Amino acid sequence: MKLKQGLGAAALLAAAWAASTVLSAQATIKVGVLHSLSGTMAISETTLKDTVLMLIEEQNKKGGLLGKKLEAVVVDPASDWPLFAEKARGLLEKDKVAVTFGCWTSVSRKSVLPVFEKDNGLLFYPVQYEGEESSKNVIYTGAAPNQQAIPAVDYLMKEVAVKRWVLEGTDYVYPRTTNKILEAYLKSKGVADADISINYTPFGHSDWQTRVAAIKRFGAAGKKTAVVSTINGDANVPFYKELGNQKVSAEDIPVVAFSVGEEELSGVDTKPLVGHLAAWNYFMSDKAPVNKTFIDKWHAYIKNPKRTTNDPMEAHYIGFNLWVKAVEKAGTTDVDKVLAAIVGLEVPNLTGGMAKMLPNHHITKPVFIGEVRADGQFNTVWKTAALVPGDAWSDFLPGSKDIDANWVTLKCGNYNTKTKTCSGQNYK
Amino acid sequence: MTPVRLLDRPRPDGRALGRGAGTTAGGRGGRWQLVLLLFAALLPARPGLAQSPDQQFLAALGELREASFPDKAAIVDRLSRDNHPSVRPVLTAFLEDRLYTRLSDQKIFLAKSGDDTLTSLELIDPVTLQDAGAGAPNDLTKISTNNGLRRVLRTAIARFALSSPDSSVRLDAVKEMMRAIDEPSLALLRERIGVETDPAVKAEIETGLALAALDGGDPQSRLEAIAALAHRRRAEVRNRLAVLFEPSPDGSFAESDPAVRSAAAAAVRTIDQARAFYSGVETLFFGLSLGSVLVLVAIGLAITFGVMGVINMAHGELMMLGAYTTYVVQLAMPKHIEASILVAIPAAFLVAGVAGVILERTIIRFLYGRPLETLLATFGVSLMLQQLVRSVFSANNRSVETPAWMSGTLQVNEVLSITFNRLYIVVFTVMVFVILQLVLKRTRLGLDIRAVSQNRAMARAMGIRSEWVDAMTFGLGSGIAGVAGVALSQLTNVGPNLGQAYIIDSFMVVVFGGVGNLWGTLIGGMSMGVVNKLLEPYAGAVLAKILVLVALILFIQRRPRGLFPQTGRAAESAS
Repeated sequence: MKLKQGLGAAALLAAAWAASTVLSAQATIKVGVLHSLSGTMAISETTLKDTVLMLIEEQNKKGGLLGKKLEAVVVDPASDWPLFAEKARGLLEKDKVAVTFGCWTSVSRKSVLPVFEKDNGLLFYPVQYEGEESSKNVIYTGAAPNQQAIPAVDYLMKEVAVKRWVLEGTDYVYPRTTNKILEAYLKSKGVADADISINYTPFGHSDWQTRVAAIKRFGAAGKKTAVVSTINGDANVPFYKELGNQKVSAEDIPVVAFSVGEEELSGVDTKPLVGHLAAWNYFMSDKAPVNKTFIDKWHAYIKNPKRTTNDPMEAHYIGFNLWVKAVEKAGTTDVDKVLAAIVGLEVPNLTGGMAKMLPNHHITKPVFIGEVRADGQFNTVWKTAALVPGDAWSDFLPGSKDIDANWVTLKCGNYNTKTKTCSGQNYK
Repeated sequence: MTPVRLLDRPRPDGRALGRGAGTTAGGRGGRWQLVLLLFAALLPARPGLAQSPDQQFLAALGELREASFPDKAAIVDRLSRDNHPSVRPVLTAFLEDRLYTRLSDQKIFLAKSGDDTLTSLELIDPVTLQDAGAGAPNDLTKISTNNGLRRVLRTAIARFALSSPDSSVRLDAVKEMMRAIDEPSLALLRERIGVETDPAVKAEIETGLALAALDGGDPQSRLEAIAALAHRRRAEVRNRLAVLFEPSPDGSFAESDPAVRSAAAAAVRTIDQARAFYSGVETLFFGLSLGSVLVLVAIGLAITFGVMGVINMAHGELMMLGAYTTYVVQLAMPKHIEASILVAIPAAFLVAGVAGVILERTIIRFLYGRPLETLLATFGVSLMLQQLVRSVFSANNRSVETPAWMSGTLQVNEVLSITFNRLYIVVFTVMVFVILQLVLKRTRLGLDIRAVSQNRAMARAMGIRSEWVDAMTFGLGSGIAGVAGVALSQLTNVGPNLGQAYIIDSFMVVVFGGVGNLWGTLIGGMSMGVVNKLLEPYAGAVLAKILVLVALILFIQRRPRGLFPQTGRAAESAS
């Protein structure tokens, strides 16, 4: 008797458990978060993981999406590029996520690209990058070179009257491609070879004495000189410290950086940096009301009123809202239908404008130039008059001038307009 | 570097509005004319002629509220010509980001502090310079500046500083004025040189006047100016002289007199020679300073690896602990940043030393004689220590402030300047080296360490507690690593990855210098630094590093025991 009762209770429990798992399986949409939580990139990427989690929580408070709750699947690729691909495969094949937000650095994106294309996944990439890519399965919410590097150079050329250029970068794919584009752009504007100096240093370079002395010498030729810096992460602090020590002030030789944001400055003694420039599509100091709301929400979520917000966070904010809107429009999370629905959609960005999804899987962005303030924030000194549409293939590189990307009319991310052929990155 | 402007250039019309048109070097003429026209149109419309000086001053200030950056520069220029007594404090406040608009009544105020995080700002009236009560930060908007505007402000304020009793302030003022020399500042300089007593300031003014004289009409006076400038070494002077004899693209010369041209060419040659010499000296110093960083990070390892033979992969993390100790010390004494580094040195030695002793007692002592296992175990420890600081301090880098006495440069002459922080690190490395040598050669502990490392069995037979000596030796090496961390906190990021960046370098130095020899570490590290820096200008930073590494491998092939191999019985028993 007792045994029977026990069995019955067990069966009941098992049934209830089975029902609940089935129910919850039906009632959630899985969202993959592929950001490093350990290793060298953890500094930047942990913040983005928290941003996505906050956005998911907020969406769930509004009642979820298509009547289902969103469920985050967080994995840690540990700043290890091959591991990014492995974890991406896990997300797509085992967890069957509807969408993934993740990656930082082009190496990690290139590593997961074949996985997303093979399994027809959907990745939102939130960081500025060198362009020269447009995949069916990736939405690029960070800036392409024409949304960051080119406007920054324009600002220096027109507003600061810079005549001599030092392109200083870390030795890897993003700085090399960006500098190639910038060099071609500067030459097209009539800058002589002798007035451009390009240099690369290894990752984590910490002894900048020789380079800063060389920049000083290069800048002493009697023409206004500026440094365009694509120096990556950790190498920046010793670079700016050395500039400060050798008394190279922003008033003499301004440095415009593409990867120094609020988050990076929060770990730095900012005194020697004051006046140096950064080009981004978002600054935390922006006065738009929507930005204030976002910052307040972020501080409440992270329970620390001192935390900063930054450009890639805004990119995730835009990307997440675009995806939500596209899913609502398509009525499903099926990748092909979402991709068909997403092009042309508009969602607000955090600086008071709208971000529009373009057929080349990039978005429109405003470009801001800011000067570093003593408190580690930026003082916007210039912005583009209109929104700049992201250009996947640069018009200033000989090979990529003729390439076009359009996932609506051409169904191709790498279409040669001269030979009329589509190559690569095309899984029909 | 703004070029020194030619004086005979025709001035834009609307001269009363002044110099602003020229200060943001060239290229935007059209826009400027528009601004000038705008002012010209506005001037008669305003009842300005009947205003008192105070009202005029306030009206000019008020325009700052809505102005764009170039407009602000023009307003500053106009203000700087005003004889109102408040001009200097107002412009100084503007430069220091302390100029605010009060939103409630649109009045302009100076604040005593530009710190927006304060709950209330103490305001000063711009005209009377009396206290004007306090204001809430959200009722005040800062009138912002940018690089170009700050330059204009600095030049404007420099004119006031010319009569400062402090000669260094006067020197800075003259240098600032020379960036953009024009007729009013020249007049001021001419006036000043008659009463100036300080030789450095006087020489600086003479340079400025000579540069201006190059534009004079008389070839003889131009020749005299060149003669006066020939012994100056500064880049501005060189560039200005080079303009005289370098042909422009159409083949014409800026200087018409061939005698003046050849004098200028000769002067430039002398200047170039001197500059090349000092740039060589500078490279040598860079090499020594890189070398001293290498020695500093390697010298602790020279003890643990060199003397004890322990491959300690956690050596870098012990340096990291030292760097974080500096950060914590600065947190503990925020009011005494200047002294914090001096407190941090012993603190870091203790923290890293104790960590080293714990590491030796709990792990390494069980693994003596098994180098592979020691390597793996200490590598594990290094990962644990990294994760520990990630958990305690978060993965973000921490900001360690540089005390004022460590920043800036020592100006040896016009060309050569040496940065203080590098100079201190060279001195510091030498001090650490000397102290370590004294400890090893002159103390009881040093005697024990040497005895145990040379012949453990014999030392034990003589009554030395070899286990205790092992722990102390490891603690000493680790403590030195912590001290190196304090120095690194002034040069690079203080973050969980600090140690990894230096561990390879430190092993390289020890192996190159010869295992077990402190002198080898010193000479090995210094020579690697100097070779690296000599190669860098030609080969680039990436290739220079590779070349040094390849050279090191070849060297080790020929001399496997490094520069200064250990000799005698100890070496034989070790191998």
